[in-house]
Amino acid sequence: MGLLSRKATCNTHGQDSSYFLGWQEYEKNPYNEVNNPNGIIQMGLAENQLCLDLLEPWLMKNPDALGLKRDGISIFKELALFQDYNGFPAFKRALVDFMGEIRGNKVSFDPNHVVLTAGATSANETLMFCLADQGDAFLLPTPYYPGFDRDLRWRTGVEIVPIHCTSSNGFKVTLPAIEQAYRQAQKRKLRVKGFLVTNPSNPLGTTMARDELDLLINFIEDKQIHLISDEIYSGTVFTSPSFVSVMEVLKDRNLDQTQVWERVHIVYSLSKDLGLPGFRVGAIYSNDPVVVSAATKMSSFGLVSSQTQYLLSAMLLDKKFTKEYMSENHKRLQKQQKDLVSGLEKAGIRCLNSNAGLFCWVDMRHLLKSNTFEAEMELWQKIVYHVKINISPGSSCHCIEPGWFRVCFANMSESTLKLAIQRLKSFVSSIGMKSQSHQELKSLRRKARNNWVFRLSLQSFYDREQDTTTKVSFSYRPHFMSLSNIAATLDAAA
Amino acid sequence: TNLSFPLGHDPAPLVVQTRKPVRAAAAAAAAMRLIVPLQGVVQGRGGLIFGSLIPCALFYFLQLYLKRHRSPKPQSNPPSPTTSSPKLAEMTRTSSRSNLFSRSIGQVRISSRAISIAKPNESPYYIGLDKASEDPYDRLSNPDGVIQLGLSENRLCFDLIEKWMSENLGHSITGRDNGELNINGIATYQPFDGTMELKLAMAGFMSHIMGGAVTFEPSQMVLTAGATPAIETLCFCLADQGNAFLVPTPYYPGFDRDVKFRTGVELIPVHCRSTDNFALSITALDQAFNQRRKHGTKIRGILLSNPANPVGNLLSREMLYAILDFAREKNIHVISDEIFAGSMYGNEEFVSMAEVLDSEGFDKNRVHIVYGLSKDLSLPGFRVGVIYSFNENVLAAARKLTRFSSVSAPTQRLLVSMLSDARFIEEYIKTNKRRLQNMHALFVAGLKGLNIRCADSSAGLYCWADMSKLISSYSEKGELELWDKLLNVGKINVTPGSACHCIEPGWFRCCFTTLAEEDIPVVLERIRKAVENTTDLLNSS
Repeated sequence: MGLLSRKATCNTHGQDSSYFLGWQEYEKNPYNEVNNPNGIIQMGLAENQLCLDLLEPWLMKNPDALGLKRDGISIFKELALFQDYNGFPAFKRALVDFMGEIRGNKVSFDPNHVVLTAGATSANETLMFCLADQGDAFLLPTPYYPGFDRDLRWRTGVEIVPIHCTSSNGFKVTLPAIEQAYRQAQKRKLRVKGFLVTNPSNPLGTTMARDELDLLINFIEDKQIHLISDEIYSGTVFTSPSFVSVMEVLKDRNLDQTQVWERVHIVYSLSKDLGLPGFRVGAIYSNDPVVVSAATKMSSFGLVSSQTQYLLSAMLLDKKFTKEYMSENHKRLQKQQKDLVSGLEKAGIRCLNSNAGLFCWVDMRHLLKSNTFEAEMELWQKIVYHVKINISPGSSCHCIEPGWFRVCFANMSESTLKLAIQRLKSFVSSIGMKSQSHQELKSLRRKARNNWVFRLSLQSFYDREQDTTTKVSFSYRPHFMSLSNIAATLDAAA
Repeated sequence: TNLSFPLGHDPAPLVVQTRKPVRAAAAAAAAMRLIVPLQGVVQGRGGLIFGSLIPCALFYFLQLYLKRHRSPKPQSNPPSPTTSSPKLAEMTRTSSRSNLFSRSIGQVRISSRAISIAKPNESPYYIGLDKASEDPYDRLSNPDGVIQLGLSENRLCFDLIEKWMSENLGHSITGRDNGELNINGIATYQPFDGTMELKLAMAGFMSHIMGGAVTFEPSQMVLTAGATPAIETLCFCLADQGNAFLVPTPYYPGFDRDVKFRTGVELIPVHCRSTDNFALSITALDQAFNQRRKHGTKIRGILLSNPANPVGNLLSREMLYAILDFAREKNIHVISDEIFAGSMYGNEEFVSMAEVLDSEGFDKNRVHIVYGLSKDLSLPGFRVGVIYSFNENVLAAARKLTRFSSVSAPTQRLLVSMLSDARFIEEYIKTNKRRLQNMHALFVAGLKGLNIRCADSSAGLYCWADMSKLISSYSEKGELELWDKLLNVGKINVTPGSACHCIEPGWFRCCFTTLAEEDIPVVLERIRKAVENTTDLLNSS
């Protein structure tokens, strides 16, 4: 039989991590208030469903957008044929206006610097293709979004070098940590091409302070490297401190006439801020014309449907609607986050102080049997199998402190959230009764041993621990068939 | 036309290919003029050995020179890491890889991939497309604009689709059929490889346009944002960087971009000729395969378009069997791009690779079919492509890769309703075929009136026209001169054969489905005017 490519068979897509395995468990037994009240509650999905009810009336009131009409006249023909990878000028204008609005109109964006892509996933990968060659490296502060291992590395062959952040300063990026990562990369003989940060941070749910951004800018200025600022959660900042975009800092420091200006690239998307991941709309914003030109041509591998561009440009141009939507969205996010934080607090679980995002970064270190990742894995298995909540363990986000978890709250109703908190509460109190829980643990461990899925996840986890280089491992492994079958079911993963 | 992207991670820095075969060919011709007399001189004195050795050496140096043409600095002298000029550092990107491990800080660079991609496209295919889109012809508002015959899009049946849209559109997207607006099913995350509903509808549609001779299994489908990512995704799945696919020429100019851009996969042309009406032969396949394998290239498959783009001919059932035998013998994959399967105007029968597999006991695992709605349903803007494979591993990998190119959910929902409307689809297919037949007949007859003949064809949105009598010299140069004249004097954009890697000069692809009937005389008149002087020139000389 003809062989497949190494990319198709290798493991760098990282989908064997516990982040995706939790998904698999959820798919098998999803919670439903009516049909499956004992199912697993999905808190591993960063999806914003809190304001979908606002979108529906807008669509009802704007039949032209949906019916592909302009002033009542069909423009279907124009749309059907439209396959220009430069995107609809009107949509790009509407998108940059929206981006400016989210940033308090302190910075304005030029629609000619925008490249549209089929989702932020594609935007990030395209930027990697544009900025780095195979074997080059990007620095990422940990903890980071588990999907990056796949999105940034899989096809591009780019390496990720982690910048380790710790709870001692609320996981803020520090200069010593950056320098250490940089040295680490040099030791591995990797050429560092840049930084990638998520601001607001996924999974922390915090925005970067101005001094942190200053630090990054100084560093890229000094080392002559790129900075990608993934700002797909910029519209979810629901409380102070307010969001500061890296572009704003560059402007304030009068760096917009310098070379640094061309080396900073923003990734944006409507998946989180407008709650429309199904529409697959992402964007790259870059001040480097060469990057814009290359990325535009590459975007032909993931263009946004003309129908969707048209529909969304109508929606984004309705300024009154977007304003109302954003403020209502903030209100609801804030309430839901507060409910989660205070609920967990009553269970004796604390969260990192956050002001943005669709998730909290939850501290369960006190529930670990020991300060190890094995203990974190054990606790995570318990929470998935026993408590029946799917959350993402810190190890899947490459956090170096065991015991942290990402818990999403925006993809569920208030009552579901309440139930989830209730489940966690009773779990924590049951842990108090030591002997009993010890027994459970034993049986759970036995279960885990019988389950190859966990062997795998632990394996990939150990791999990571031993060697952060996460080398390409060839998987002409006996279980490849089953692995790929599973991978297929996981694909809905965000 | 040969877009080669010297990838920076290539181990051998010397592999910088010439980016301008046009220029290369001209230079080669000039060199031959130099070499041939030289050979005579040397043979007179030094005999046969010197006579062949010296020209060979000269030719070798010429190639070396062409190879290095892009980087002005000699390879032996890589720029020092402290080079201050950013331009220079970028230009010698490939050689500067030797400084990879250097600690010193140089000017930041983007990837070598991006640098080559960002450059303006030199293929006449893209130049013509750009030119036509800058100044598009319109019968009423811009009668002096450029007429677009270089883009294979079908505008013949818009009235039908538009009518359907106006009647069904709003409901189809929001799912208001049951009286309830439901955005939840489109706003939230959907499976990246497409919804099951659309796969089902797509399977039905594909089977329908292929005359019901074959059924497609929705579970073997992966949907992508257009056929372009479908092909790239398959290449990522089937081949590693530096591996190659065999492609019969002439082939669709976009393949150079779709396949090679990011994957680093090579395309090996398998030349077909006008004497066989550009039909593929196994002998040619075999020759190309052996020749390249001798040079150490790992060949991973054959990339076919059936119906062929740009010729418009079909692969016969026997040929499909032969190709499958060949693939089994060589242990390689077959990608069959069947994106024009529903755009038939001839009487010949289209046979899908899937149909052949259905009926015989071939090894299905190596066969992958590409389809899309851009041509047959004239919806390129909606970005819907399909990978149909029999290989579970390829499907699993492709499903994961679709997270980089999924189809927008509202678009999917719209298409589900459209494709499920059996009466509409029936009418559309029938009308489309009739109008295609009509336009093809009119256009080909018109060209014949100008003494331009077309290759025999049965499908597609184009015809493959032989204008070799109109070119000033029987070479690529002559062909491009004519192309330039047609574009700039005649103001019609056609695709020259050289952009399709055709080995014979003078052939052009003309898409006729972008035209209305009354545009045909305009096109013919413009061709006549553009070549008037050329033929005079030819006659007088």
